[in-house]
Amino acid sequence: MGLKATHEIHQRRFSRNVGVALTLVFLIAVVFGLTVVKVQRGDSMQAFDHAPRMEMVPAGEGQ
Amino acid sequence: MAEISVNIAEREYEPTFGDYVALLKPRVMSLVVFTALVGLVVAPGGLHPFEAFAAILFIALGAGASGALNMWYDADIDAVMRRTAKRPVPSGRVEPGEALAIGVGLSGIAVVMMALATNLFAAGLLAFTIFFYIAIYTMWLKRWTPQNIVIGGAAGAFPPMIGWAAVTGGVSVESALMFALIFMWTPPHFWALALFMKSDYDDAGVPMLTVTHGRRATRRHILAYTALLAPVGVWLALTSVGGPATLVVAVALNLWFLKGAVYIWRRSEADAEADKYKVEKAFFRFSLLYLFAHFGALLVDAALRFGGAI
Repeated sequence: MGLKATHEIHQRRFSRNVGVALTLVFLIAVVFGLTVVKVQRGDSMQAFDHAPRMEMVPAGEGQ
Repeated sequence: MAEISVNIAEREYEPTFGDYVALLKPRVMSLVVFTALVGLVVAPGGLHPFEAFAAILFIALGAGASGALNMWYDADIDAVMRRTAKRPVPSGRVEPGEALAIGVGLSGIAVVMMALATNLFAAGLLAFTIFFYIAIYTMWLKRWTPQNIVIGGAAGAFPPMIGWAAVTGGVSVESALMFALIFMWTPPHFWALALFMKSDYDDAGVPMLTVTHGRRATRRHILAYTALLAPVGVWLALTSVGGPATLVVAVALNLWFLKGAVYIWRRSEADAEADKYKVEKAFFRFSLLYLFAHFGALLVDAALRFGGAI
């Protein structure tokens, strides 16, 4: 009796792996698409981090 | 070699991808997607179509995550009820811990991505909706008070508000009325279901109004909530998002819905048993059409406005 190469359980696992892979590819595509849209529109591409950036302070403040 | 195949065969059930999808309650998700889409389309201003698509996607993902968390917590109730016994967790296809992990993970992804795709307010509202559905409704009210449906209905009423917030970054009378429409619609919709699915809720020990206050009181409650619902639909039609289509639908469907509620109220349990809850079942089916038609009419009016017809 030889080793059964593809048990039914392998098919289930395969369906799950393919599903998760496609979902991840889809999520990457969505994040990339959002990035393209926001960059093309020129949304604010920098934010405050640990150091204050004077160019981001609204006029009249931070004087 | 023989042992290997035997060992594999004896392993517990391996869930398929479809079992995980079922965990997200795709049918409930369809209603969420539709109402959120309407909220987003009728809101003043505009998102880039791809941002709008992402917003709807992550609202749907948040709803799906709530579904998974609900199935994790309610597996004991679901196992008893015929309608829910085949769900992935009670039927043993997905482990409760897996459902919890998927629910928490997807909630986090949905909220963070919503904030990145649209704005913090919409993401906060989405996070609050998930919290409300799981902590307030599923964990607390569902098993504690017969008003569970009323307050739990709020969770299902948030999606159009989130769609609106994704565009405007806030709330308004219009988005509050879309919320109110679903909020007031939920009790008559579910109580009609509880009237003809009675044994299920009784067996699970969920304090449905039919169990705690009796079926006569449930019929009265259906009528009362339907009467309170009617002005909400008409009011929504008279706001800036409404128009002729919404007004016609609101007047016609609310009259028809009220007629059905009066009919349910006047029936005795013997009448209902005699015709196998025909009226209650028809009312339940009509309630689904009612909600789709109201939100569909808002879309039609938005299209008319876009085309310059009104």
